[in-house]
Amino acid sequence: MATAHKEPNYLGVFWWLLALTILEIAVIYMPVARMIIVILLIGLALSKASLVGLYFMHLKFERFTLGLVALTPLVLCLFLILMISPDIHP
Amino acid sequence: MSEAAVMHAAVEPAESPLTPESWGKLGMWIFLAGDAMSFGGLIVGYGLLRYSSSNWPVPSHVLGINLTAFMTFLLICSSVTMVLSLSAIKRGDQSGLKKFLFLTVLGGVAFLGLQAYEWSHLIERGLTISGNPFGGALFGATFFVLTGFHGCHVFGGVVYLSCVLGQALRGRFGEHHHNGVEIAGLYWHFVDLVWILIFTFVYLL
Repeated sequence: MATAHKEPNYLGVFWWLLALTILEIAVIYMPVARMIIVILLIGLALSKASLVGLYFMHLKFERFTLGLVALTPLVLCLFLILMISPDIHP
Repeated sequence: MSEAAVMHAAVEPAESPLTPESWGKLGMWIFLAGDAMSFGGLIVGYGLLRYSSSNWPVPSHVLGINLTAFMTFLLICSSVTMVLSLSAIKRGDQSGLKKFLFLTVLGGVAFLGLQAYEWSHLIERGLTISGNPFGGALFGATFFVLTGFHGCHVFGGVVYLSCVLGQALRGRFGEHHHNGVEIAGLYWHFVDLVWILIFTFVYLL
């Protein structure tokens, strides 16, 4: 049987995603240091991805353990970055 | 019920521990976690190659940001129509389910059409998988592999959602029987989520 939960405001999430996308485009033209642009863009992308995961994929309403399954790839990717970082020679 | 079915039920729990509504949903989540690692590996590899290169071009100078921003908007819209189709069938609204599923498929097809346009335009300008005139020898290879892998997922999603739409047209879903729509939706939102990351890492950064 399906788990009952209050339906999120999908159109509200849509407007947030749209606003964050417009903000992303604006950020690349901002006259600030490259590092700040990188941090802002990654932060905005992770915020948008979280909105999709939490509200459209309903992770906010699922069991905590399912959230851990969903987060596992992110943790493994961070581990991958850590493992290959000694081989990066800019 | 046959004797075998009774025995089967005795050894296997009837309810999925993480997703009580269906085992299929848990299966999709596990598949998506594996698929996310494929994309993660590709994105990390892209970052490694880019950071190690001294003459990597600025993507916004080579790639069409306005077009891809519109493609991002299209995928976000198709994600919204996908959740609205699930919302409709949860209320027992069959016509809403069909209408929003159709719009989702349409969004996916439009995205693929725009990607084909973008690719052909870039290939005309000399960007190929084996080289490019913009600097950074692997710029073309990483661009086509990442966006192509995602495009394959969009194509798979369009086929998958078309099958779900076909089932909806035959009245296979109802107010208390909508797991198929929810599971297909998970896949489609994942495709949207990955594009959000690709848009940032490949086009904007």
